[in-house]
Amino acid sequence: MSIGSYEQINDVHLDVLREIGNIGAGNATTALSMMLGKRIEMAPPIVRLTSIPEITNALGGPENMVVGILCNLTGDIEGMMMFVLEQAFAHQIISQLLMREISNYDEMDDMDFSALREIGNIMAGSFSTAISALTNLNIGLDVPGISIDMAGAIMSVPAVAFGTIGDYALYIEEDIMEGEQYLKSRLLLIPTLESLNKIMRSLGLEV
Amino acid sequence: MNKITIGISDLSVGAAPDSIITYALGSCIAICLYDPILKLAGMAHIMLPSSRECPADSNIRKFADTGAAELVRLMEIKGARRIRMKAKIAGGAQMFKVVSESANIGKRNTQATKDILRSMMIPIVAEDTGDDFGRTVEFFSNNGILQVRTAKMGNWEI
Repeated sequence: MSIGSYEQINDVHLDVLREIGNIGAGNATTALSMMLGKRIEMAPPIVRLTSIPEITNALGGPENMVVGILCNLTGDIEGMMMFVLEQAFAHQIISQLLMREISNYDEMDDMDFSALREIGNIMAGSFSTAISALTNLNIGLDVPGISIDMAGAIMSVPAVAFGTIGDYALYIEEDIMEGEQYLKSRLLLIPTLESLNKIMRSLGLEV
Repeated sequence: MNKITIGISDLSVGAAPDSIITYALGSCIAICLYDPILKLAGMAHIMLPSSRECPADSNIRKFADTGAAELVRLMEIKGARRIRMKAKIAGGAQMFKVVSESANIGKRNTQATKDILRSMMIPIVAEDTGDDFGRTVEFFSNNGILQVRTAKMGNWEI
């Protein structure tokens, strides 16, 4: 027996994935604090299994402009990780890292893009480390790609890539508190089914 | 006038003065068919090139080959004639540069769409495909115009 589609993920599997989400979010908070040189508060992460259209709605609807950072997973685990940041989050990162205030995506230059790509690297590293630490599996990360566009268009990329295995993704909400304000960041973790089964087996779960 | 909204892996047919809209196409394609005599418009929002790659998936609206065939079938039920149909297609972008050329699903979707329309002898009279940006498209049944709206590049009609 193995997990044959994302619909077959049960509560035990989901607990494992939640734990990965929690540890990953913890790692990411630490790494982000170090990079930005200040203490960062993160809201407790929410981990869910959700369909792609639901995620698009949670991101403010298909036409809402967001920053997507896409990272392919290689090595023992194959699949895709995608971070979606709302505009305010991206602006905050740029202002903290590059001491530059921008109010619109049009004002972003190459430096700003590399700053965001670096954030993507850090976040992806935090989560892949979490999975590796739990499972002893070796995970490689490709250089992330970045796109700023309509949420629906960005979400079509994981939807299409995994349209062959089901329409679900592991969805992690991890908001950062900046003063009184929550800055929204969303992570999608989409291992291939084979890789998902590998994660479960390496944790001794009968799948 | 009704505005009919379709999602991913979805399709619909509308008669004048209705329009059909689908939001934020990335690498997906909107296949738009028009019968100018009936003023009947149809749109399919397909996600993958070929149903043959996923034999277990029964959603025929997800794929270029089966989606286009189903759209033609539904339009014919409403009285449209294939010989009068004209096609406009949009979408097929590559949202992330990191994806390798062979995995450029936008390009493969575009090619698969052209192949299936050619095999059904439906001419493509306009297309807006490729590049690296998302598109919202609205297809007007009273004149067959396809309006393309983007976040970064402005809006236009084909």
